Amino acid sequence: MADDTELKGKGLLKRFFETISNLSLFSIRFFKEVLLPPYEFAEIKKHMYELGVKTLPIVSVTGFIIGLVLAMQSQPVLKRFGAESFLPAMVSLSVVRELGPVLTALIFAGRVSSGIGAELGSMRVTEQIDAMEVSAIHPYRFLVVTRILACTLILPILTLYVNFLAVIGGFIAMTLTESINLQFYLNSVADSLKFVDILPALGKTFIFGFIVGSVGAYKGYNAENGTVGVGQASTSSVVLASLLILLVDMVLVKVTVLLWPT
Amino acid sequence: MAYIIEALNVCKAFGSNVILDDVSCQVGAGENLVLFGKSGTGKSVLLKCIIGLLTPDSGEILFEGKSLLNLSLKELNEQRKMIGFLFQSAALYDSMSVRENLEFPLIRNFKFSAADREKKVKDVLEKVSLENAIDIMPSELSGGMKKRIGLARTIISEPKLILYDEPTTGLDPITTKEISHLINNLQRDLKISSLIVTHDLMCANIVADKAIVLNEGKIIFEGKLEELTKKEDKFLKDFFSPEEIQHNSGSSNG
Ligand SMILES: Nc1ncnc2c1ncn2[C@@H]1O[C@H](COP(=O)(O)OP(=O)(O)OP(=O)(O)O)[C@@H](O)[C@H]1O
Ligand SMILES: [Mg+2]
Repeated sequence: MADDTELKGKGLLKRFFETISNLSLFSIRFFKEVLLPPYEFAEIKKHMYELGVKTLPIVSVTGFIIGLVLAMQSQPVLKRFGAESFLPAMVSLSVVRELGPVLTALIFAGRVSSGIGAELGSMRVTEQIDAMEVSAIHPYRFLVVTRILACTLILPILTLYVNFLAVIGGFIAMTLTESINLQFYLNSVADSLKFVDILPALGKTFIFGFIVGSVGAYKGYNAENGTVGVGQASTSSVVLASLLILLVDMVLVKVTVLLWPT
Repeated sequence: MAYIIEALNVCKAFGSNVILDDVSCQVGAGENLVLFGKSGTGKSVLLKCIIGLLTPDSGEILFEGKSLLNLSLKELNEQRKMIGFLFQSAALYDSMSVRENLEFPLIRNFKFSAADREKKVKDVLEKVSLENAIDIMPSELSGGMKKRIGLARTIISEPKLILYDEPTTGLDPITTKEISHLINNLQRDLKISSLIVTHDLMCANIVADKAIVLNEGKIIFEGKLEELTKKEDKFLKDFFSPEEIQHNSGSSNG
């Protein structure tokens, strides 16, 4: 019994590393192909637009509520330590450094990588990818490069937007309990944020976007077993993308702290 | 006779499941070759080996005398521009309208002006009698219409050779005849050679210059369609019930 679980565990771990190494090869190909013509600008624009429209409502709500709840939760705690005046700084730092990028990326993964997985998966199993291949068109360049690029470019924009909404949410929460003016609030937010808070955090959102795009594309592009495979590609890409986002975040936070100690 | 495409001693197995066992076939330049075979014998697999979607385990594929195996992707794509492929499932791009489906290879492989493209699109749609479908999405098409749009997408770039995987399966007799005559017209007007996989004797009677039969991984017959019926082989007799051939033999092309 114990042996059995151990074996299963081993199989799982082995599969995970196999997936990661195949995924890496798949993504490395992106860098080889991205600079080669033909450039599908229209496709990239179309995908960015679609991704934006698809995720805007959900990230808007999330961003606002995160800021609101964070401020509501922190206010009594900070009060206990007599540090209430740090509330704007506390909200903006938490959001900009960590919550904004990671939460946006996780929502983006849930919404987008499953979509890409399902879309490319169904193209694979209905031979549409083969059809591109036989008509001498690089399916990787047309389908995969454009999607990864669109994800990589749109996620940072979404994150900035979420950060902004969260900061506003924080302000709304504060106005509920005391009179504070927006000018003063925004000033203290601006004062608290430094270069090291903004840029590294924004930088990692490009990486998260890349992860979401390439995981979805990888799962879909390699889908097998008909429609069952499409479903699998869709769900498993959300799981894998979310997991990778959290793991990479952990590493990047450590790196940031080492590079820019405060 | 010069061959446009030759598959020589091709073997292909999936795991222990041997599909093609030393299969050789050639299509002469300007010739229509019909490939018969029971469902599941590996006709589609053979076509996919020829176009490079599957790699044969052994054997050789020659297009105009040059090997298609072991080419770089770039070289292979140069050759593929001269070969058309009609998928059994049509494989239309379902995120694109019919027009975009047809333009897709044109925009990326050739340098036509927008006006020329438009003209070509209209032309091929007329050939498959679907002029009105130009702005429709594939999901709104019937099965037979999909097949015909797939055919239009294959012929729009006027390749030298077309591989048809069951071009008329699921079509009514009138459309079947139209499509079969279209294949002949392409042969006559544009000198396009064809390898046609089909079970449809009506289509075969119209288009075939020569026929081959694949069974259990081997080519068991090669020759004129009329000779097929005279064979004493049990399988061939079962496959081609003589009545049907006799009824249709009048319309064979010359
Ligand atoms: N990718 C694949 N992996 C494993 N087996 C396959 C694969 N493709 C085809 N086969 C097997 O090869 C055999 C031949 O398939 P193929 O599609 O070539 O048949 P076919 O002659 O075209 O039949 P039909 O007339 O029904 O289209 C089948 O038994 C199928 O199970
Ligand atoms: Mg088939």
